[in-house]
Amino acid sequence: MDYFLQQLINGLTLGGIYALIALGYTMVYGIIQLINFAHGEFFAAGGYMGVILLSYLAASGAGPYVCLAGALALTMGYCAVLAMAVEKVAYKPLRHSSRLSVLISALGMSIFLQNGLMLTQGVYDKAYPTQMTQGSFQVAGLYISYMQVIIVVVTGVLLVALNALVFKTRIGKAMRASAQDKIMSGLVGIDSDRIISLTFAIGAGLAAAAGIMVGFYYGSVHYGMGFVPGIKAFAAAVLGGIGNVTGAMIGGALIGIIEVFAAGYLSSEYKDVFAFVILIAVLYFRPTGIMGENVDDTRV
Amino acid sequence: MTVEPVLELKNVSAGYGRIQVLRDISLKAFPGEIVCMIGANGAGKSTTLMTICNVVKADRGDILYRGNRINGIKFSKLPPMGLCQVPEGRRIFPRLTVRENLELGAFFRKDSARVQEDLDMVFDFFPILRERANQKGGTLSGGEQQMLAIGRALMSRPRVLLLDEPSLGLAPLLVGQIFNKITEINRQEGTTILLVEQNANVALKVSRRGYVLETGNVVMEDNVKNLLQNPDIRKAYLGE
Amino acid sequence: MTRGSSKAWIALGVGLVWFYLILWPLMGITPEGLRFIPSLVVWLKVAAAAFVLVSLHQLRTAGALEFIGKPTTAAWTEIRKIYKKVPVRVWISVVFFLALVFPLTTGRYEKDVAINVMIYICLGLGLNIVIGLAGLLDLGYIAFYGVGAYTYALLSVHFQLSFWLCLPVAALFAAVSGCIIGYPTLRMRGDYLAIVTLGFGEIVRLILNNWMSLTNGPNGILGIQPPGLYWPGFSGGLTLEYIWLKKLNYLYYVILALAVFTIIAVHRLNYSRIGRAWEAIREDETAAELMGVNTFTLKLLAYAMGAVFGGLAGAFFAARMRFVSPESFTFLESAMVLSMVILGGMGSIPGVILGALALIALPEAFRGFELYRMLAFGGAMVLMMIFRPSGFWPAKRMGQRSEERG
Repeated sequence: MDYFLQQLINGLTLGGIYALIALGYTMVYGIIQLINFAHGEFFAAGGYMGVILLSYLAASGAGPYVCLAGALALTMGYCAVLAMAVEKVAYKPLRHSSRLSVLISALGMSIFLQNGLMLTQGVYDKAYPTQMTQGSFQVAGLYISYMQVIIVVVTGVLLVALNALVFKTRIGKAMRASAQDKIMSGLVGIDSDRIISLTFAIGAGLAAAAGIMVGFYYGSVHYGMGFVPGIKAFAAAVLGGIGNVTGAMIGGALIGIIEVFAAGYLSSEYKDVFAFVILIAVLYFRPTGIMGENVDDTRV
Repeated sequence: MTVEPVLELKNVSAGYGRIQVLRDISLKAFPGEIVCMIGANGAGKSTTLMTICNVVKADRGDILYRGNRINGIKFSKLPPMGLCQVPEGRRIFPRLTVRENLELGAFFRKDSARVQEDLDMVFDFFPILRERANQKGGTLSGGEQQMLAIGRALMSRPRVLLLDEPSLGLAPLLVGQIFNKITEINRQEGTTILLVEQNANVALKVSRRGYVLETGNVVMEDNVKNLLQNPDIRKAYLGE
Repeated sequence: MTRGSSKAWIALGVGLVWFYLILWPLMGITPEGLRFIPSLVVWLKVAAAAFVLVSLHQLRTAGALEFIGKPTTAAWTEIRKIYKKVPVRVWISVVFFLALVFPLTTGRYEKDVAINVMIYICLGLGLNIVIGLAGLLDLGYIAFYGVGAYTYALLSVHFQLSFWLCLPVAALFAAVSGCIIGYPTLRMRGDYLAIVTLGFGEIVRLILNNWMSLTNGPNGILGIQPPGLYWPGFSGGLTLEYIWLKKLNYLYYVILALAVFTIIAVHRLNYSRIGRAWEAIREDETAAELMGVNTFTLKLLAYAMGAVFGGLAGAFFAARMRFVSPESFTFLESAMVLSMVILGGMGSIPGVILGALALIALPEAFRGFELYRMLAFGGAMVLMMIFRPSGFWPAKRMGQRSEERG
């Protein structure tokens, strides 16, 4: 029983990370029907930018909380800017091209960004100052690390904030409308180009936060770190219902829990496989996902 | 004193890629009038409205709104200018509530107090919408969706309203109700209305002038009285 | 300057600002302080290159480059006239003859590169069947390469079976895995298909990496035999000796034969009824289905046939390297083959060959820029999709669309 609960905690932690990354995939797909292959690289860039900023802020003598909060905020901002640039360069010009063209462009962008990270930051792993968040405590015989608590709390805060943004603000309404019918949203006066940029920015910001937290959790970041988690996060988005923000949150949590349990009870070498299997199963048996799709499937 | 048209198309041609739909059409809408465009399915009526709004790019010709050329303007800039379209098929946002749909109609407006007043006005105008204010748009019936779509357009306080086949898919009784409302809007607010319709009977009943569109060409333009008496029109579009 | 031209300069300026905004934090924020020089150096190089390109473009649109343009187009038209006059057969024979004598006049390095190019030609043409002909975006194609390679590796090491015997076996195994991988994707939308095949590619690599008892995991399989041949010998009368084709020249001819086989096979498929049906599926699947094309079988067939060529190339790869490990079958390899097909021209045989040459041989010429190779690939993919989506040597369309006929 203890093992079960322990794994549940681990699963929820991992699920939070996947949820944050999945949101970017789901929101972008909802509004422009593109699987943004480059999204994993925002996650990786976030991981790198986080440690870069942390080292700089720490060396400049800022206190630990300022360092962490500052690094988080600035990293999210950086990745948001990066995502908007990527959208303008690689996706906007192809808005009226075939789906295949823009998918390939996304793939090319992913390769470009990954290698850009490698060239500027080096091929080796970059270590995180984990001494800042080390340690764990015991509750009822279960070990909970401080980092796990931080991840769950930060993820929770970000998800609540996103929920409020999407469902309770004017701009969120515009985002939801654009995801349902882009042309009509334009006809009521919503500038869909700006909404699309905003969607990319928010998605990348969330992925960046995930990247930093993963850096602390596992101790280091690597320029290729976006590839596998990216696919798993996409699986989570599909599981929850592509385009559906709530779905991505639930999907992420589920994928995280399933992966940890499968690794613990079934096989740890093949733990990466489970998310793929779920993806294929969902697409085969229930392509609209748990909470239903939220995509613009209209024409002119 | 001659009145300038508030909306004018001059020799506009447009299409989808290599498919030509509109061939050199010209039309005018004068302030405060209801003018209709009738024609068979596929004649290019919806394309005309989409071209006015620049959703479909005009290959040739000028589109003038209040005397200014609006070819190529991003179509999201039109509602703040007072030009609003209710497209074919209603196209309300299915997963947003009735209230949210209406609020989006006033998205670009900064005067939030007046927006609330206008929301109440729309609810008064279409009481059924008040009843269903918190229901998702997709759950409404066809007629209710049509009212919602028109209400949403009204929320932008349009100077010119483009209506694309408001009668589509509605029972005759409902059609009558909707068109009464359309007439009321025109009377109360002085909104110019360009009405595109397949149902020529009901369109000609509420309009002052009409255009007849056939395979992308304007083949006739006249006031409604003459159109109603024209034997060719009667045979082709009025079912006689 | 006209309004149109200043738009280009404005775009350049804005673009460069954004570029620096993104580049600097990655290079300039260090614990020792904020550094601007390294990022400025990179930025200046990029800005200079972009400036030159935009200037050239502006000059061209303004017509100032006619003095280069006119004679070049004239020369090109002359070349095309000559090209059209000589029947294609002659060109192919010339190229084939050159390919045959190539190893006799070049050194080890060039032969190595040529062998690599031909392996990738097989891979590219195989992927071309799936993407270019049938329109299925398969991002996990390298899995079939791996299946073929490991099939031969295992058969060779455990059973000492000959290469030639294993070739069809490898092809069969690859075809079967093609069907297995293809089956779940048959009813999926294009974008989902892409990511699912990507996932499958990864799964295959994971299996190869983790199934220690079968594949020896990350350590790979050593001691694979090269191809062998019975050859007449004259020691004490006419006898048949079994020689190993270890020498580079021999390997070259083996892969040349495979490549030629692949080219001919893909060409025949392209112009067959199957190829026509694939084209129909690619253009509009629903319409094809309604016209009686059995999309289910044909899509599976596309996967299987594409996989066959991947498997054959894989078997050769194993025989040549005499060692296989999961590291050779990563997504990066899939992406490379994909770039080849896309950049060269989807659905076009000369295009894919050109793509393979460009992506394997060109970087060898720019050895110093090894590190930037993949960066350039990524960028090239984006740029190609924006400016020339049909590739360098686009496929010829079979028949014209009614709108195009005017």
